[in-house]
Amino acid sequence: MRVVRLVVVTWWLQLKQSMKAGIFVFTALIEPLIFATLAYYLFKAGREPGTLLYAALSAGLMGIWSVTLFGAGGAINYQRWQGVLEPLIAAPPPYVLILFPQTLAASTVGVYSLTSTLLWGWIVFGIPLHFAHPLAFVISVAVTIVALGLLGLVIGSSFILYREANALSNMLEFPVWILTGVIVPLSLLPGWVHYLSWGLAPTWGYRAIRAGALGGNAWPALGYALLLAAAYFVIGHGVVHVFERRAREKATLSLV
Amino acid sequence: MSSLRVFFIGGLLSYRALFSWQSPAYYIPTMLLGPAFQVLFFAYLGRFSHVEDDAFFVVGNAIQVSAMAGVFGVSMAIGGERWTQTLAPLLATPANRLALFLGRALPLIVNGFIVSAFGFLVGRLLLNYHPPLSSVPPMALIVLVSTASCTGFGLVVGAFGLRFRDVFIFANPAYFLMLLFCGVNVPLSALPHWMQIVGSCMPLTHGIAAGRHVAAGASLASVSTLVWKEALIGACWFLSAYVLLRFFEAEGRRRASLEFV
Repeated sequence: MRVVRLVVVTWWLQLKQSMKAGIFVFTALIEPLIFATLAYYLFKAGREPGTLLYAALSAGLMGIWSVTLFGAGGAINYQRWQGVLEPLIAAPPPYVLILFPQTLAASTVGVYSLTSTLLWGWIVFGIPLHFAHPLAFVISVAVTIVALGLLGLVIGSSFILYREANALSNMLEFPVWILTGVIVPLSLLPGWVHYLSWGLAPTWGYRAIRAGALGGNAWPALGYALLLAAAYFVIGHGVVHVFERRAREKATLSLV
Repeated sequence: MSSLRVFFIGGLLSYRALFSWQSPAYYIPTMLLGPAFQVLFFAYLGRFSHVEDDAFFVVGNAIQVSAMAGVFGVSMAIGGERWTQTLAPLLATPANRLALFLGRALPLIVNGFIVSAFGFLVGRLLLNYHPPLSSVPPMALIVLVSTASCTGFGLVVGAFGLRFRDVFIFANPAYFLMLLFCGVNVPLSALPHWMQIVGSCMPLTHGIAAGRHVAAGASLASVSTLVWKEALIGACWFLSAYVLLRFFEAEGRRRASLEFV
């Protein structure tokens, strides 16, 4: 019960903090709208109007990843700058239970991205919002957000040890968009890329979301996404433990 | 003489002190790999949308990524003075403001050129982009003019760093809006009329158009009008930046807000 309370309270606190940060609001709201508009005109120029809902949906999903990456990347650095990383690691609860709700809060903000791009497409471009399987769509979004939060945990954990690791968050936006097939189908990418894609939970989460929205069976992809999310938690737990110990040994926790 | 020192030495010192991404641990992922993946992403998106060929997206994005230095770098160069609490002392000096701010832009033009060149290299090695060898010198000139023009725009964005605490609130949308308005990924003709007008006043738009012609084998002379337009638009952005910087400096003094972080 204490663990649940800790996770929920940390998630809620981080969510509220994120919503007040201008840069976070830009990443969650404005950037996805720019990409939604770009995708709309690109697909329209390609004379494939059937793909316009696909474009709006994809831009929203891209936004969820951007905001997760930004939030997960920033979580530990903000703690460093605010001088609370050491006390948090020294506190009795395992640090993974502090970091996970923070990265989960970042991916939760991504719901704004998805909602805003869908509404933008509907209001500005007149894209009809007819979802093939609404229940499967909603469940898929929820599972994908948890999976992204856990992927953020794995990535964010490296920041405990390496101060420069946040350069990764400047770099990883486009590669993960490519690898997960968020807008470009994986069939267009070289074969070897598929093996990397299959190991990423968002690949399956996006497939499930797309099946829920546009038609198809969402449940198998959802199962894979859940399975990989569980694996990320185990990996994240181990990595946080190892990195935390090394950072204590090297006395680098308070370095900014 | 003093203005020349402020321009060259001051600009270089500012770059070394405030451009946070210059160590290899930051520079390689942020300034080289990130832009490279941007080129790849949009080239594949182009293949999927059946709009244009790889060359269209390689040229557009390879030139646009110069904005990593031109917009983000300049924002750091001006916004960074606020974070490091050196903005007020800097503006208390009698240094020539034109030399002061243009000097900060110069290293970033060079940096933007390098980022852009790497984007072209990635396109050449990994995508279906094989321009004639003779196109390299004119393309280099076009990239240089475009990068300089983009840096003028970046100075306008950076000027907001004199007035507002977080300059990245302006730098981020500016970078991404360029992807939409400057014909980087969507042909200008496919955009609504008002967006075409905005795009034609933005930096990079004419440079990218010229670059695409040159990559297809056209001579520099045949695109000289586009290159001159790009240079002229860049000059207008530099002028606007100077006016804005002076205005926000005066505003900052009046409101005593130069030391807010």
